[in-house]
Amino acid sequence: MDTQKPIVMTTKQVVPEGKKSFQISKEGRFIFLCLLPALLFVSVFTYYPLVRGIIMSFQNYTLFDLMNIQFIGLDNFVNVLTSPDFPRVAMNSFYWVFFSLVFQLLFGFMLALLMRKKFRGRGIYQAFVFFPWAMSGFLIGLIWRWMFNAQFGVINDLLLKTGLIDAPISFLADGAWAMAAVIIANIWYGVAFFAIMILAALQSIPEELYEAAAMDGAGRIQQFWRVTLPYIMPTMLVTILLRVIWILNFPDIIYAMTNGAPAGSTHIFATYMIDKVIFGQDYGQASAVGVIIVLILMLFTIFYVKATKVEKGGDF
Amino acid sequence: MHREHLGWRTGRAIVLTLFLAFAIFPLYWIIITSLKGQKEIFSLPIQYWPEQVTLINYLEIFQISHFQVYIWNSFLVSLVASAMVVFISMLGGYVLARFSFQGKRQVMFGFLVTQMIPMFIGMAPLYMMMSKMHILNSLFSLMLIYTVMLIPFCTIIMSGFFQRIPNALEEAAMMDGCSRLSALFRVIVPIMLPGIAATFIFAFVQCWNELIMAVLFIDEESVKTIPVAMNAFIKKYDIEWGAMSAATVLSVIPTMLLFAFCQKYLVEGLTQGAVKG
Repeated sequence: MDTQKPIVMTTKQVVPEGKKSFQISKEGRFIFLCLLPALLFVSVFTYYPLVRGIIMSFQNYTLFDLMNIQFIGLDNFVNVLTSPDFPRVAMNSFYWVFFSLVFQLLFGFMLALLMRKKFRGRGIYQAFVFFPWAMSGFLIGLIWRWMFNAQFGVINDLLLKTGLIDAPISFLADGAWAMAAVIIANIWYGVAFFAIMILAALQSIPEELYEAAAMDGAGRIQQFWRVTLPYIMPTMLVTILLRVIWILNFPDIIYAMTNGAPAGSTHIFATYMIDKVIFGQDYGQASAVGVIIVLILMLFTIFYVKATKVEKGGDF
Repeated sequence: MHREHLGWRTGRAIVLTLFLAFAIFPLYWIIITSLKGQKEIFSLPIQYWPEQVTLINYLEIFQISHFQVYIWNSFLVSLVASAMVVFISMLGGYVLARFSFQGKRQVMFGFLVTQMIPMFIGMAPLYMMMSKMHILNSLFSLMLIYTVMLIPFCTIIMSGFFQRIPNALEEAAMMDGCSRLSALFRVIVPIMLPGIAATFIFAFVQCWNELIMAVLFIDEESVKTIPVAMNAFIKKYDIEWGAMSAATVLSVIPTMLLFAFCQKYLVEGLTQGAVKG
């Protein structure tokens, strides 16, 4: 940015070694003091616990036996990876991210395209359609849990009324249905985010691009492929990457809806980890699950950035 | 040509209506449930409009579970944490937007990374830290941890806002003898109010909605926030759906109001701050 003033501030100037009298430029001190609270808070309460968590994943850290904590190498990882729950949790995590993402993107994209042109009451419409995004995952889980209730749930009632099913389904008592149910709730929550981001990108497309395309004889559909899509691609790619990370790390809806039930069939990594902390009190294994999540995300991010060259989309 | 146009518009209106129905039906349903008596909630066929509107569920949660305490706790935690977040991330965002200095990229990267890692990998160590600081079961622990959780993202957003304000403004003020800090607060902050408001509301809603840390840190009745209390409802009784619906409606109202009033700024601010197309 051309508005920025280049100022050089080295660590040496900020933390002088042994000297009492030191000279820091006025700006250097200002920069340091302004950033200090943020850096201090984040270092102490985010990075330190993070590092401790990673260390714990190599220790036999359980609340039942705090006197006997030692390094046990990769045992926690081996235990987690070979546990009979693991394949299911991994598959569930994949379904959870994949289907949530695909439908959130699809619906969000449709919604953004439809809302692009001004219509009467768009502001109010936007407020109503986007509000799920401002709700807590926990409450969303509760609401959908009630709607999916086997006996008194409105979804069964609607399906029966429209003749799509003959008998009520016990959505949350049957593993496969329960997984579908939590994903539907998550789609409901996430459509707005995609719609917001894509709508913003659509509205930033300069009108001249369309005029030029129309001059070249491009029809509506061609304009979409040649102007609209390429223009919003960077935003879409960044948004998708962010969403994959957030969806995988978002346990609230499942926690409230099923908490992994029935019999662990709706656990994803995030809820599985919480289960190990709150109910199992096994911090070592919980941390190992956490490290596995981070590793998966790192691999995914590297692969994704390489494959899509998303860094051209601007840092967010 | 004209008919086609009309067809296109009708189709669009229909799909938009479907999206609207999909978005608001769950909320409608929880409100309806909260207004039904115990008998009607568990009676078939399901009623799409309560035969007899009753506020008994609402009375129950205030009388039996002291919901007013939880609302107050949630409000206090969210208010203090958001205020701290806005203040801290404003200073950080300003510096990141206006100066280039050694280590700036690393600071930005460090903030970005926190968005990628699951906060709960540090859950157990955090719990032990809070325990050693003797602040478990206090609202302070939540204020602290929510502030920390929101600083990185809000700092990045704030820096986006600052970048859109020309540097010349505070330079002029500094020529007139203002210090940088007073130029920031007297000249820039007033211009940035919509952005600051957006960040504040974003932070407030996040704090209001947070569950996992609250469940982990809070156990005592007098300092429970709304999600913790509701989580306990689930455990204690086999979910009393009437009371639960009423509690849900009440705890959604503040975020809904904030969102309705400010969604324009919020959406604008978040998109502009979050992705520079």
